Amino acid sequence: MRAEGTARITLPGDPLAVRDGLRQLFTMRALRHLTEDERGTAELVLAEALNNIVEHAYARAPGEIDLWLHLTGTGMLCRITDRGAPMPAGTLPPGLPPCIGKGADLPEGGFGWYLIRTLARDLDYRRIADRNELSFRLDVQQSAP
Amino acid sequence: MAEWGGHMNLVAEPRGELLIVRALEDRIDAAGAIQFKDRMRLLVQHPAQRVLLDLSRVRFLDSSGLGAVVAVMKLMGPDRRLELAGLTPAVDKVFRLTRMDSVFTIHASLPDGLRDAG
Repeated sequence: MRAEGTARITLPGDPLAVRDGLRQLFTMRALRHLTEDERGTAELVLAEALNNIVEHAYARAPGEIDLWLHLTGTGMLCRITDRGAPMPAGTLPPGLPPCIGKGADLPEGGFGWYLIRTLARDLDYRRIADRNELSFRLDVQQSAP
Repeated sequence: MAEWGGHMNLVAEPRGELLIVRALEDRIDAAGAIQFKDRMRLLVQHPAQRVLLDLSRVRFLDSSGLGAVVAVMKLMGPDRRLELAGLTPAVDKVFRLTRMDSVFTIHASLPDGLRDAG
């Protein structure tokens, strides 16, 4: 038996709200029984996606982020909605592996989409009216308690 | 919002040629990356050639936190070394996936004799 469950939170688009929202999310009943590794992966992908919204979609004007997660026997479906600026060119960044140079050339950013693309599956982005909708699936195999 | 712009708890302890910095935070994330970098910038003014950053209390690090660790290494300049110790599984994963584990010397734990007596 695997547990099914849904979790939904709405949070303001700022970095501390993202931190608090993630903390709140993983204490919710639907997500309480993830293994440490699953939780780490889910928290990382969600943090990268949410921080991206804070830094880019809501760079000019603040707004709210709606996060919906649905856990099934085969994984975790995640859908994140915001009302900020659309993705440039209407599409997700390629998220290429960061180019590791030496010394002063080492990259300090550009890892976010690479991590999302590495860890998430079925990544999909849509602009619907004034909303951005990002959805993906995470391979977590939650066991029933 | 009380934590915003707040203190990043990093404690430095010189040991001869080495400066040990213990991160006493459970996360280095987008909300704390700037404070981490600013606090480290002050601590690494100590002239030690090697700085060993103990991350054993840090349970979560995102790409902003990773960028801040890289930035600290860069601001130390080419002649000094930033080494890492005690990566928890989630933090270790971020370093491995981004291949930053090939850039830093990473110790499984603080070397013998340098561990916190407490």
